Amino acid sequence: MQSESILKVKDLKTSFFDEGNEIKAVDGVTFDVPQGKTLGIVGESGSGKSISALSILQLIDEPGKIIGGEVIFKGKNLLENSDKEMRKIRGNQISMIFQEPMTSLNPTQTVGQQIREAYKTHQGIGKKEGNKKAIEMLKTVGIPSPERRIDQYPFELSGGMRQRVMIAMALACKPELLIADEPTTALDVTIQAQIIELIKELQKDLGMSVIMITHDLGVIAETCDYVAVMYGGKVVEYRDVITLFKDPKHPYTVGLLNSLPRHDIEQEELIPIKGTVPSPDEMPAGCRFASRCPFATEHCFVNLPELIDIEENGQIRCWIYTDEWDGDQEVKVYEPERTS
Amino acid sequence: MSQTSEEMVYKPKKTESHRIRSLKDFYRRFKKNKAALVGGYTILILIIVSIIGPFIVTGDPAEQDFANRLATPSADNWFGTDHAGRDIFTRIIYGMKLTLAVGFSSVILGGLLGIPLGIISGYYGGKIDSLIMRVMDVLLAFPGILLALAIVSVLGGSLINVIIAIAIFSIPGFARIARGSTLATKNLEYIDAIRALGAKDTRIIFRHIMPNILSPLIVNATLFIATAILTAAGLSFLGLGAQPPSSEWGAMLNGGRDFMFIAPHISLFPGLAIVLVVLAFNIFGDGLRDALDPKMKK
Amino acid sequence: MTTYIIRRLLQLIPVLIGVSILVFSLMHLTPGNPALILAGEHAPPETIRAIEKRLGLDQPLHIQYFDFLKNAVQLEFGTSMRDRLPVIDHIKPRIGTTIALAIYSTIFSIFFGLIIGIISAVRKYSFSDISLMIIALFGLSMPNFWLGIILIQFFSLKLGWFPPSGWGELSQIVMPVITLGTAGAAIIARMTRSSMLEVISQDYIRTARAKGVSERIVIYRHALKNALIPVVTIVGLQFGGLLAGTVLTESVFAINGMGKLVVDSITARDFPIVQACVLIIAVIFVFVNLIVDITYRVLNKRIELD
Repeated sequence: MQSESILKVKDLKTSFFDEGNEIKAVDGVTFDVPQGKTLGIVGESGSGKSISALSILQLIDEPGKIIGGEVIFKGKNLLENSDKEMRKIRGNQISMIFQEPMTSLNPTQTVGQQIREAYKTHQGIGKKEGNKKAIEMLKTVGIPSPERRIDQYPFELSGGMRQRVMIAMALACKPELLIADEPTTALDVTIQAQIIELIKELQKDLGMSVIMITHDLGVIAETCDYVAVMYGGKVVEYRDVITLFKDPKHPYTVGLLNSLPRHDIEQEELIPIKGTVPSPDEMPAGCRFASRCPFATEHCFVNLPELIDIEENGQIRCWIYTDEWDGDQEVKVYEPERTS
Repeated sequence: MSQTSEEMVYKPKKTESHRIRSLKDFYRRFKKNKAALVGGYTILILIIVSIIGPFIVTGDPAEQDFANRLATPSADNWFGTDHAGRDIFTRIIYGMKLTLAVGFSSVILGGLLGIPLGIISGYYGGKIDSLIMRVMDVLLAFPGILLALAIVSVLGGSLINVIIAIAIFSIPGFARIARGSTLATKNLEYIDAIRALGAKDTRIIFRHIMPNILSPLIVNATLFIATAILTAAGLSFLGLGAQPPSSEWGAMLNGGRDFMFIAPHISLFPGLAIVLVVLAFNIFGDGLRDALDPKMKK
Repeated sequence: MTTYIIRRLLQLIPVLIGVSILVFSLMHLTPGNPALILAGEHAPPETIRAIEKRLGLDQPLHIQYFDFLKNAVQLEFGTSMRDRLPVIDHIKPRIGTTIALAIYSTIFSIFFGLIIGIISAVRKYSFSDISLMIIALFGLSMPNFWLGIILIQFFSLKLGWFPPSGWGELSQIVMPVITLGTAGAAIIARMTRSSMLEVISQDYIRTARAKGVSERIVIYRHALKNALIPVVTIVGLQFGGLLAGTVLTESVFAINGMGKLVVDSITARDFPIVQACVLIIAVIFVFVNLIVDITYRVLNKRIELD
């Protein structure tokens, strides 16, 4: 593993409790964010990727609860922090932007008020100085005539502009880590590219690390250095981005890539992954993906594979790559087939 | 940018429909709501008491016993006696029927008038819609008890007139809710499809619109019963509803007014009875709303 | 904004006309000839006809309505059937009391409603939340006149803290205001709570938390303002309900206001007074709602889009 990690998440567990039922949204998630790099977390809805991100900042609402694991940021376990210590980190050292720019800004406060609040909270900067800095920040994220914008309300801005405001707010205090939770999902395609470009640029300028959460493999390919593939509340594969696209190992990852249209090679058809994510109470006890995996054996359904190292900076959670594999031996040799 | 194909299977988060889900689902949510169950059972018990109660209590609600006036609660007279020596407990049991009858009949009458108006308004739109809605606005311009009061002042004080007055008072509420839900349902794609297939308006309204708008109307009706009972009691208390010697609870409170200084129990028990009934309907209505509209309850 | 206000004012016209027609019809739907009531049962027919002429009752209905409307605009509502004094002379000395009672009660219900609602929302599902919501449910389910009677029995007769009737002194104001304002407080409390809970689960609250601001600021700066917007809409309704509710409260506390005047006049079949009072209350209510709508508009900037 990298020695230079700004954030190490180890065996993180977050559950939601509903009348005695425990729904394990994040079930032992482990990943690293190398200093200055971008980690992509990819997975379907309900795979636990957003909840993992919210758990890092401890923004989980009732009835959710972080029940175990470690979140080590610059050598310190954040889960041992008090509320007050956490507040000093949020928006200051670790910032977050969200999926829905339409609803993530306070409708009754001006853009200026909302950006200023970050400076006020962490640097004790007052209104006048705060306004100046807010204008500067809006300029940085590419909002035209920021002097006018700071007095506007969110409803007066387009979706793309609002997401820029969100980014300005998140980066106001120059955080070392930015968590972007599907920052482009709700935006038009043309705007998506601009926002991704903007985040990349700012990352370079500020030298910060980024966690990019997305279900879009295109975004992953474009922005990330490392990728954690999540399924059923667990990381099933962690690779650097080039290796992942070249040589995906987990049947789920392969399935994701197979369902992605490509332009560089001839493709007969896209092959979707069969079925849908099972509901928490139908989740197999063993490998979470077993119910949809084309190779799954009895063994897979019953026993949960560990996340094992397969190369430097590469881990996988699948029985195929262990000595205990009792299924088709050819799969082990040739590995799941890429059709695209 | 491309998306993984699975993602497309998942609908966006915020497409929850307002329609009734399966009855089972509703019943499950309703059963989970303990308070609503208590409210529902209380109403059931109250209805049973109002029907069989008069056969069980031995006394006569109108039987006067001047030797035993203003008696405080005792083993013989559980809630004491009033200024004419009548047993308050007996009278409350007899009055239950009146209270529930006013509540149910005014709401049913109001619903029968208001719901069709709302559906017509929402379904056909245009001039008829604005006409109906302006009339509703006029009715709504008389706040609270005022409209019922004005109507009773014309019709004269009696329990039947109170029911009519409260029914009229409830029309705009029903009409507005029915209209709003109709509008929301009318624009659903499947209604368009059915219309394109040549279904008649009446069929669309009864088979497709009605079932969809029922749930908010039921909630409204339940909660309005509570309002109706309070309003009726208020009118009777002012001497504009049920007239003495009726054992309607508001009338009992009115009759006991002059004696409230010397015999507090006269006004205590009928009031508590009103609170009990109204509380039951409010709790039940809240529970229904939570169960029918899961969006409301987090 | 100005166009909105003008548009709303124009919308009021049909409502006000409808209200006036309804109130006008009240008198004509009333059984019994007003002239006969005024003249007394055994009056000779000439007298009755003379009174009919004086009251304009011999005119066609629509003429009578326009006369009524013209007079009403000038606050001219005819004369009381009991003492022949102009109706407005009955209303004038009493309307202030009633409006004061309604305003004090509205303030009471907003104040306590907000406090209870906020406490409940902030400590949701705690013991204090549950107790407060049970109390609110009771407040909502109580007939206010009965509450008034109980207050009198307890605070006037048992403890002797407040006088049981009258209006003017602070001590006389307390119990009527509680009586009239409790249900409103309960409604506002429930509304505030559910509105707060809904707002707290919004995305922008998570954004505020992600910014690192304290929970106190999250609640009071970010959540409260947004949560209050829907609450504003019911304050107008509340005020109207309380204005009408004075009828019962004034009756319980023997307050000589417009509410009691209405009741006494209905009992005495003094319809010109009933008509005038009903009309005045409805018109006040219509305008209060207009003000509330405009306030809502100002508070909720989002609506301006459509």
